[in-house]
Amino acid sequence: MKLETHTWPDAYGERAQPRMGFFTDTSVCIGCKACEVACKEWNQIPMSLQGFTGKSYDNTVDLGADTWRHVAFVEQQVPATVHDGASLVEAAQRASVIDAGVHTYQEGDGIRWLMASDVCKHCTDAACLEVCPTGALFRTEFGTVVVQEDVCNGCGYCVPACPFGVLDQREDDGRVWKCTLCYDRLKDDKEPACAQACPTNSIQFGELAELRGRAERRLAQLQQAGQDKAQLYLADDDDGIHGAGAFFLLLDEPEVYGLPPDPVDTVRDVRSIWGAAGAAAAALAAGLVVSVFGGRR
Amino acid sequence: MNDVRSYHGQAVIKQPVWTWEIPSYFFTGGVAGASAGLAYLSEIAGNDVLARRAWAAALAGVGVSPLLLISDLGKPERFVNMLRMFKVTSPMSVGSWILTISGTATAVAALHSWLGLFPQLSKLARPAAALSGLPLSTYTGALVANTAIPVWHQSRRTLPFVFAAGAGLSAGAAGVILTPTHAAGAARRLAVAGSLAEMAAKELMEHRLGELGEPYKLNPARTLGHVGRGCLLAGSALLAARGSTSRAAAATAGGLLLAGALSARWSVFKAGFQSASDPRYVIGPQRRGIHNRIRRGAARTTPRGTAAGPAGSPVAV
Repeated sequence: MKLETHTWPDAYGERAQPRMGFFTDTSVCIGCKACEVACKEWNQIPMSLQGFTGKSYDNTVDLGADTWRHVAFVEQQVPATVHDGASLVEAAQRASVIDAGVHTYQEGDGIRWLMASDVCKHCTDAACLEVCPTGALFRTEFGTVVVQEDVCNGCGYCVPACPFGVLDQREDDGRVWKCTLCYDRLKDDKEPACAQACPTNSIQFGELAELRGRAERRLAQLQQAGQDKAQLYLADDDDGIHGAGAFFLLLDEPEVYGLPPDPVDTVRDVRSIWGAAGAAAAALAAGLVVSVFGGRR
Repeated sequence: MNDVRSYHGQAVIKQPVWTWEIPSYFFTGGVAGASAGLAYLSEIAGNDVLARRAWAAALAGVGVSPLLLISDLGKPERFVNMLRMFKVTSPMSVGSWILTISGTATAVAALHSWLGLFPQLSKLARPAAALSGLPLSTYTGALVANTAIPVWHQSRRTLPFVFAAGAGLSAGAAGVILTPTHAAGAARRLAVAGSLAEMAAKELMEHRLGELGEPYKLNPARTLGHVGRGCLLAGSALLAARGSTSRAAAATAGGLLLAGALSARWSVFKAGFQSASDPRYVIGPQRRGIHNRIRRGAARTTPRGTAAGPAGSPVAV
C-alpha cells in the first residue's frame, strides 16, 4: 500500500502525522444530512439555498464553495420482490401499485434507495494543489489538502482542474473554498465534525491505512450478503489519482452517485502538454523567420 | 455516449469561473508575444518601419494583458501572489513569470525603438522580448489543456498549435494595420500563413476530438467558430489580393483577421464550458476506458467487489 504523496510525509520530517482520511460506507447511510449540518456549523459556511429541486430528497445539489459535505439521493426502480411468507398475489398487487405511481417510497416496494455523503477526496495526486499558482493549496502534515484563505487570490484554476468538481469560488468573496478535513480539529486531536455527527458510522474517520483494511472487510461482508455491485471507490493506489484520502464503499457504479468512474489527475499529462506548447512555440518562431526573411518587403 | 448513467443528469466537474477577460487575454497575449518576435526579426532584417510598429503592438498587448488578468481575479489586490512561487505543474504559474519577463523586456525594447531610451539595456531586452514572446503565445493553450475539462484536456497536443497560429496571424494583422504597405510584406505573409495554419489546426483539433468535440458543434462555440473562420477567410483573401497596393484594403483585412482570431479564442473558451456542463463528456470516455482495459485484462479494472458474490436482491445490512 502506497500512501505517500509528493510532499507528505517527506516535507514534514519528524512533524509528519499519520495520513488521515474518511472511509464513507454508503451502505449504512440513512440520508439524515447531519454531516452537512455539522460541517456548516463547525466551519461557519454561508448558507447555500438551492430551492426545491425535485431530485429525490437532494436539495443541496452538489459540492461547492459553500457545501463541503453533500448527501446524494438515488431512487432506483427494482422489481417488487416476494417477501418472506408473502404470496405471489400480494407481490403482484404491490407491483400494480408501483406501476400506478402511488408507491410508498419504502425500500423494497419496487424502490431501491442509495444514499451517499460526498466530500473532497483529498487525492494522493491532487490536481487542484498542483495547478495552484500561488501555493494557497497545500498538503498538510496529515496528508490532507487545504486552501489557505489568506493566500488564495481567486484565480480559479483549481475549479476546472479538479476531476470531481469539488472546488468552487465563493461569489461575494472571490476566493475558493473546500473541505479542510477539519484541519483545525485534527490539530486538536478531534475527529472532523461530519464524522462525529454521523449517527450510523457511515462516515468513518481515521488513519488511512487502517481505514482501508476496515473497508476491505466490510466489502467482503456485503458481497457475502449478495450485494453484487458493491465496490470500493478510490481505495486503489493505481487509479488515476493514486488513491484518495477520502474513499467510499458504493453499492452501484460511481457515476450513479455523480462521481467520475475513472478520475485522472490532469497533471499526469503535464509533460506532453508542455511538449506541445514548446513545439508550438518553435513552429511560431519558424513561421516568424520565414515571414520576415522568406520574401520581398 | 448517450447511454451513460449519471446522477440526475448533473455535471460531474465544475465549469470554469473565468469571465470575458480570459479569452480576451488569450488574444492580447498572442498579439504581444508574436509581435515582439516580428519586431525583433524585422530589426535584424533592416526593416525599421515595420519593427517600430510591431514593438508598439507588442507593448499594447503586454500593457493590456496584466490588467485583464488582474481584473479576472477573485481578489485582484492579491495579484502579486502569482509570483510567490514557480511551479512547472501549473501553467498559470509559469505563465505569470513569462508575462512578467516578456512585459518588462517588451517595454524596454519598445521605449528604445520609439524614444531611444535604455540603449544598453535594450541590447538584452530585445532578444529577450522576442524569445519570451514565443511561450507567451502558446502557454495559454497548455493552461486550459491542463484541466479536467474533456474538450480541452483531450486536445492537449493540438491546442497550443491553434493558439500559436492565432498569435502569429494576430501579430501579422496588427502589423498590416499599423504599417505602410511598402514595408509590410513580412506582416502580410505572417497574417495569411497564420490564418491558414489557425484554420487547419483548429479543424484538425476538432476532428481528432471525435465525439468529445461535440461542444464545437453546439452554440455558442459553433457560431463563434463560424464567425472566426469567416473573418479569417475574408481577411486573408482581401489581404492577399489587395494588401500590397491599398492601405485601406490592408487595414480592413487586418481588422477582419483580428476579429477572426479573437472569435476563435472565444470559441475554444466557450466549448470548455459546454464540455464541463454535460456529464456525458466526462463519464462516457472514462467508462469506455474502463471497458477497454477490462477487455485487455488489466488487473485494476475490475471494480473491487464486483467479481464475487451471487446476484441477489438488496439485503438488510
